[in-house]
Amino acid sequence: MRYARQILTVAFKDLRSELRTKEAVNASVSFSLVILILFSFAFDPSAESTREFSGGLLWIVFAFAGALILNRSFARELQNDCLDALLASPVPASALFLGKSVANLLLLLAVELVGLPVFLVFYNARIVGSFWTLFGVMALATWGLTVVGTMFSALTVNLRLRELMLPMLVYPLMIPCLMAAIQLTTVLLGEPSLDAGQMVWLRFLVGFDVIFTALAVALVDTVLVG
Amino acid sequence: MRKPVLLVMIGVAGLLLVRNLLVMAQLPDEVMQGAIFRIIFFHVPAAWTAFLGFFAALVASILYLVRGNLKFDAFAVAVTEVGLAFGAANLISGMIWGREIWGIWWTWDPRLTSMLVCWLLYSGYLMLRRAVEEPTQRARVSAVFSIFAFADVPIVWFSIKWWRTQHPQPVVWGGGSMDPSYWNMLFLNWIPFLLLGLVFVAIRMRQESAKREIDAIRRMAHAI
Repeated sequence: MRYARQILTVAFKDLRSELRTKEAVNASVSFSLVILILFSFAFDPSAESTREFSGGLLWIVFAFAGALILNRSFARELQNDCLDALLASPVPASALFLGKSVANLLLLLAVELVGLPVFLVFYNARIVGSFWTLFGVMALATWGLTVVGTMFSALTVNLRLRELMLPMLVYPLMIPCLMAAIQLTTVLLGEPSLDAGQMVWLRFLVGFDVIFTALAVALVDTVLVG
Repeated sequence: MRKPVLLVMIGVAGLLLVRNLLVMAQLPDEVMQGAIFRIIFFHVPAAWTAFLGFFAALVASILYLVRGNLKFDAFAVAVTEVGLAFGAANLISGMIWGREIWGIWWTWDPRLTSMLVCWLLYSGYLMLRRAVEEPTQRARVSAVFSIFAFADVPIVWFSIKWWRTQHPQPVVWGGGSMDPSYWNMLFLNWIPFLLLGLVFVAIRMRQESAKREIDAIRRMAHAI
């Protein structure tokens, strides 16, 4: 109970400070819009064939937008040695990490919910399957992205070239998660429901989330405290 | 390891390679592929050595996090680098082979894709090390990354396999059995690869310990 409260306290603190400045969210939303427009030059957005890789397109945009949010997650705490203060507080490092992950999840989901309708309008697509299933897939995949990303945000917080290192390290690790998300999103944008073959991907996504959450929670202490 | 031991190991590896090359020349050509199939004796052991290196890096990383001895860190970076070198050998020999047999340098077959992703992951490990100045912090950060990377390898492998089963399969050398003499040759050629890998690891570890010594001296000089 206490642990859950600590997680929520950290998450709300992060959300509050982000919503006051809106630095990362603004950058992330406008960046995803820019990429969506760039993609429209790379291939014909109204063509029927675009539907076949709509999921891939969407998730590449989300992954890029996510890197901007994740980069800020721990870097924000460097000013005035806030990170040291957080670590010295009675909150365990894993709760700090999970709280930040939750905040990043909510922020990235918000960015995705802005990006999705823009994508649907620009690319003349619509959600044939249920929106809530798609939302569930988005939440699961975004949790996979944020849990790995937040971990590496903590890992790279003290490095020079931090902004460069994070995407370079995180994207190859995220490949399985992104693949599952791409697969499921493409299906949900074109077909009414998931069949048995695609349920495997859903389970795979859950497995990815569980494995990397467990690994990150186990190792975050060594990363932050040493 | 001492220098003479290393030299002997290199010598043995070289002799074995020459002997294997002579035996390979005697082996009959494969029915479907002709002479080029012999690249398998370099291609497959290179992959085995690479994965062995990555596994050793995982073990060394865990040991570093448990014990905190920088020797394990030096071992981890040494085996990762050697693993990457053999991984590159595997990828490049595979591309040459693919060019001969399939007519293309690259195909997004699960095995090729997984190996490439794996290679990229571990090259990220080396990039990460370069970005951290302080030795204990570098060791800790890269050990954690190594554990993450190794956990990701099987996940990548299975996901890419599933991914491809839902798409048109590229023309791959479909599952067949290999003659036992080929298998023997594969294992026999693995021995010099392993010896060579060990020598590289030993040299690399010596460099790391020299680097630590230089760092310590430099710090002492600063203190004075």
